[in-house]
Amino acid sequence: IPLTYFLWSTDALLCACRMSWPALHTQLVGANRHSTSLGKIWLSVLFIFRVMVLVVAAESVWGDEQTDFTCNTLQPGCENVCYDQFFPVSHIRLWCLQLLFVSTPTLLITMHVAYRNHRDKKRLLQVSYKLESLKKRKLPIAGPLWWTYAFSILCRLLFEGGFMYALYVLYDGFRMPRLVRCDQWPCPNLVDCFVSRPTEKTIFTVFMATASSLCMVLNMAELTYLIAKSIQVSEGLHFYRPKQVHLML
Amino acid sequence: MNWGFLENVLSGVNKYSTVIGRIWLSVVFLFRILVYVAAAEQVWKDEQKDFVCNTRQPGCENACFDRSFPVSQVRLWALQLIMVSTPSLLVALHVAYRENREVRHKRKLYADKGSLDGGLFCTYTVSLLFKTAFEVGFLLAFYFIYNGFEVPILIRCSESPCPNTIFLYIMGCTSILCIALNVIEFVYILWKRLWKCVTRRYIPVEERHWNTSCQLNVIKLPDLPCHPTETPQLYSNHVHNFKSIANTEQSLFLLMCMFI
Repeated sequence: IPLTYFLWSTDALLCACRMSWPALHTQLVGANRHSTSLGKIWLSVLFIFRVMVLVVAAESVWGDEQTDFTCNTLQPGCENVCYDQFFPVSHIRLWCLQLLFVSTPTLLITMHVAYRNHRDKKRLLQVSYKLESLKKRKLPIAGPLWWTYAFSILCRLLFEGGFMYALYVLYDGFRMPRLVRCDQWPCPNLVDCFVSRPTEKTIFTVFMATASSLCMVLNMAELTYLIAKSIQVSEGLHFYRPKQVHLML
Repeated sequence: MNWGFLENVLSGVNKYSTVIGRIWLSVVFLFRILVYVAAAEQVWKDEQKDFVCNTRQPGCENACFDRSFPVSQVRLWALQLIMVSTPSLLVALHVAYRENREVRHKRKLYADKGSLDGGLFCTYTVSLLFKTAFEVGFLLAFYFIYNGFEVPILIRCSESPCPNTIFLYIMGCTSILCIALNVIEFVYILWKRLWKCVTRRYIPVEERHWNTSCQLNVIKLPDLPCHPTETPQLYSNHVHNFKSIANTEQSLFLLMCMFI
């Protein structure tokens, strides 16, 4: 039975691979129940500022990138070769991969919760616990679940940082050049090649990099919060908070 | 994935908005998102292909198109729609926070979690201000990037590697209505808040410990032993909300009202 949960999570990955963002959204929202508030904010930022912008806007900007990549030569094959030299991986594909990898660690949490539910199912059903409430119960983030959660945040941070660095290194910064000079075979000499929509691409690259940094900041804040909370609990420091509730908020 | 995601999110926020907020939402859906999806995307679909230059110099069209249209109008509109819809989420976040607090303290803290009083009023006002700021910002960006709201038929370009060139183009715009709606809504909720402060009556301390069933009964049958001396006017909605506020917060609340 744990195998079914494993298969279900890989199915989520496959949905995302086929760029079925709604399916990914459904999977992540399910995992969202066990997140902290910062985790929920992170998910909203991810979907609104990154996935939506990618799908609605960025894909159409990069749509004609190879067809409108013109070189100042009539030599056949020169344009293809130069395009391949300067754009080994398209920005869009890199961002899709980044979003996919960044969303995956959340599925670890879902798998852990499913495993716990499966393990406790027999015991709880004997104590007349309903099956639906078993699925709906919210486990506190403590013990092994805390470690899984912290590990997933760490993975997210690593993937975000890794992909941003890869983009920076591959394209020499976040700017898209207007003109690239290329003398790969079969180009006859040093040929000028012109990129289509360089300014718009730069704007979107900067926007996605900013959104990615914001997500990294949120992840770091969440990790700090988790660590601080666990230190507080483990050292037994229970700060007394008066029961007066501020109803202004 | 399409605009459906944003629409779902905004519809959820709809129940915490004022009347004008709902009108704003309908305007955004009908006149902007629908128009964008149905018309604008089609009109701008092959913008660079139909951008014709009077030259055969390779790279000239790319350079001139990039110089004339640093960001495409459709993309700017898409970004504008996304950014303008986002501040409403602050309100949803705040209501979720209130619900969370009730769960944590395990008792009913708010008579109506969605009513615009106290902190939620501030959050709502801040979200309105952000919305208006984004709208104005994008309109200005449009105006300065494209030198007005008219699309020129002809553009002269002398970017390298072009010699002197001439092009053809066509276009159309609407977000001043949304700015007006946001401003009207802002004035409306401020006026409502002021009216509440001015017409509020003070209720003595011992009457504050009501249970909700008592309140509900009173609305139907005024002669129950709860508070027979009170006039029915006191059981109106805004006083009902006021009763949920604790003693020490009253003075702060009044100060805020006076300040506004």
